[in-house]
Amino acid sequence: MGSRASRLLREEEIEEIKKETGFSHSQITRLYSRFTSLDKGENGTLSREDFQRIPELAINPLGDRIINAFFPEGEDQVNFRGFMRTLAHFRPIEDNEKNKNPSATEPLNSRTNKLLFAFRLYDLDRDDKISRDELLQVLRMMVGVNISDEQLGSIADRTIQEADTNGDSCISFNEFIKASFVVNIHICTVVLVLVNI
Amino acid sequence: PSCHCLPQLPCVYVIASPLVLCWVVPLAVRSLVPVLFPCGFCHLFLDCIIAKESPASLRQEIRGSASCLCSDHEFDMADIFYFCRSGVESIVDDEVTKRFSAQELESWNLLTRSNYNFHHINMRLTLLWGLGLLTRYGILLPLRVTLAVTGISLFLFFTTLVGFLPNAALRSYLSEKVHMMGYRMCVSSLTAIITYHNRENKPKNGAICVANHTTPIDVIILASDRCYSLVGQMHRGLLGMIQSGMVKSSPHIWFDRSEVKDRHLVAKRLSDHVADKTKQPILIFPEGTCINNTSVMMFKKGSFEIGCTIYPVAIKYDPRFGDAFWNSSKCGLVWYLLSMMSSWAIVCSVWYLPPMDREEGEDAVQFANRVKATIAAQGGLVDLIWDGGLKRSKVNDAFKEELQKLYSKVLVGDHEDESERMEI
Repeated sequence: MGSRASRLLREEEIEEIKKETGFSHSQITRLYSRFTSLDKGENGTLSREDFQRIPELAINPLGDRIINAFFPEGEDQVNFRGFMRTLAHFRPIEDNEKNKNPSATEPLNSRTNKLLFAFRLYDLDRDDKISRDELLQVLRMMVGVNISDEQLGSIADRTIQEADTNGDSCISFNEFIKASFVVNIHICTVVLVLVNI
Repeated sequence: PSCHCLPQLPCVYVIASPLVLCWVVPLAVRSLVPVLFPCGFCHLFLDCIIAKESPASLRQEIRGSASCLCSDHEFDMADIFYFCRSGVESIVDDEVTKRFSAQELESWNLLTRSNYNFHHINMRLTLLWGLGLLTRYGILLPLRVTLAVTGISLFLFFTTLVGFLPNAALRSYLSEKVHMMGYRMCVSSLTAIITYHNRENKPKNGAICVANHTTPIDVIILASDRCYSLVGQMHRGLLGMIQSGMVKSSPHIWFDRSEVKDRHLVAKRLSDHVADKTKQPILIFPEGTCINNTSVMMFKKGSFEIGCTIYPVAIKYDPRFGDAFWNSSKCGLVWYLLSMMSSWAIVCSVWYLPPMDREEGEDAVQFANRVKATIAAQGGLVDLIWDGGLKRSKVNDAFKEELQKLYSKVLVGDHEDESERMEI
């Protein structure tokens, strides 16, 4: 009678996700519950419409770009693994993680990967450079109609001028890291608080 | 003498048992359930998964508290981090979408429908659940359905009868009695255990009563304490029949589907009704849709523009005994009522709040928000500005434009601040 017909997450899957993303067991089950509640079609994947249904995300000026970041190249559906992989970027950085596995690949929530996530929000065509146009596009999304084209253009030019070190009028990832160095990376994290079971 | 008693005994039994069970069941439910379901059973998670700091200004959020550092940069490429993070936060947990589905429980109350993430724990729990299933479907449900059918039939019969009476005063007196009888039988058929608080604030004639909306049962719960005039759309089928029956004997305000869109017509009919001080108070649910009883969403300003006294009422259901929220996208009304009748019970508290009037210089929207805040505070509900209509429709772009305007001020507002500082 109206109970949710959702597939339960198997223990092996939880273990795999734990290893890949670093989330704890309870966090993974909690996020799976969230995933299934967003999945209105109940087919185990989320589409862009499922994300758009969240009002607070729909009014976010960068909402569409953030939603895009969840979907792999050219695909329209994201499964739970992909969902968790993207969310993993937003886990807080723990210092002891660096010492655990020096030979392993960089964790998803490392500082570099967080910055790469933000970089990709600008770099739509994935050519590893932010052009003036791409910068203007994001600026326009964030300010709406409140700033004129000329003023926005000059802001973009000034930003590129300050960040661009090799003179190609584009911002590469290395230049990007240095430009936002002043920002405390803490601002990029989402802190997940859960009751201990 | 014994031969006379025997045939009477079954009749007495049949009549008495539903009434007795509808009295015994509340008692049993109230005393046994807290014993059977102690909090340690199966814990689920806290409502809010994200720890959010108290909201600062947009400038502080984006640039950090050391805003003076970035004053020479108009735009920092890392400004997007703020929008990025708040976007992902809303993906992980948002304030709105969870209001349109049933509230998650801390401990399982042995109803399959409330079983979201509880797996098979042990044999004892499964046995208890089986026993509960048998009790609910085998004993409670049939009795409740019988009582409901009896109640509605009697109600329809008597309201039609009273409608034929020529004397208006007698008609209104009797119709009140008939309505109350009908509502009270419905309340018993659901085994609704209602606690009324502050009855001295009960709505008076010639006013409007507003309440938060969780389920159509809200109407029955409020109307079993005093008679209201209801406002709504005329339905077809069983509900339409009941609506026609009600209108024969007392002044309810039903609209056709086409008239509903005409706001002026609605407002006119409401004001006309309210102006007549002999008429019963109108019951309105300004949210316009059912919300899951954890929050109060935006109140539509229509009823607050009329300019009469408003009596706010807060209704809070106890989710442990049965989930009262009607998720209209998941099930229809009849299915919903059946599932209500096969829960343990409907336990709720009703608070009558003191009457409120629109103050000088307050417009309808501010008045509506003030009333909403009062109701939310009394019922222990979250006060949201979001529209309940978001259940079905997309959010208004005006909110996004607001955020864009705020951010533009952060970008360009630097000049204004600097020039002000220099003048001082």
